[in-house]
Amino acid sequence: MKLEEIRRILEAEVIVGKEAMDKEVYYACGSDLMSDVLAFAKPGALLLTGLTNIQSVRTADIADIKAIVYVRGKQPDEAAVKLAGERGIPLLSTRLRMFEACGRLYVAGMRGIGEVEEKVAANK
Amino acid sequence: MEREFEVEGGNFLNAGSISTKVKEIVKSVGFSPEAVRKIAICSYEAEVNIVLYAKRGRMKLSVYEDYAVLNIKDEGPGIEDIELAMQEGYSTATPEMRELGFGAGMGLPNIKKNSDIFTIISEPGKGTELRIIIRNEKESM
Repeated sequence: MKLEEIRRILEAEVIVGKEAMDKEVYYACGSDLMSDVLAFAKPGALLLTGLTNIQSVRTADIADIKAIVYVRGKQPDEAAVKLAGERGIPLLSTRLRMFEACGRLYVAGMRGIGEVEEKVAANK
Repeated sequence: MEREFEVEGGNFLNAGSISTKVKEIVKSVGFSPEAVRKIAICSYEAEVNIVLYAKRGRMKLSVYEDYAVLNIKDEGPGIEDIELAMQEGYSTATPEMRELGFGAGMGLPNIKKNSDIFTIISEPGKGTELRIIIRNEKESM
């Protein structure tokens, strides 16, 4: 699923990375706990989070997360926006709450990182 | 190749900036994407631990052909019960730390999970020392 489609489904605003909206993302995870993201996220995933500080972007950068969607209408702070620009990580913000945002994406075909693992294991 | 970095305790804004450098270094010398990611995650969790709990710390990255070593030493409070600290979900984090997105009791378990060899030495009142070794495994196709 292209970021542009994610933006449309979530009625989201693009904060950083307008030029990167044709990037593809195949699976997503939702968490406010950055250590959980580091433990479970797969490279190339989309992160949905309510954590708006700079560590959301650092975590994405370290764990090879492709883009971040902030939920509940939250806006990342200035330091987070600056770092995201430097590291080339698109940031979006949606008014939807976490459950609704995840639900909409799931219905549209986005899958969770756990399911990707199962698929890989089944194909082995 | 060896590189050494100072980590400043309490400077939350900078937490992770050293790990970003560590990641760039191992990437630039041709480590596999999976190895790069593991090293970056271990480094970042360790760096955040120093920022959250210690006055200061040092991180040393040593890169060899087939593996990388991270030596991390802090001047922190030390860990009372290491076995307990290694359990997922066990945390001594304050509510303030949790608001920052950390302190879920996943840091040390994450480091162990992502490293090939992991050693931790800690003494209450003296600080904590970690040694993390990660192999640069060639990707199997």
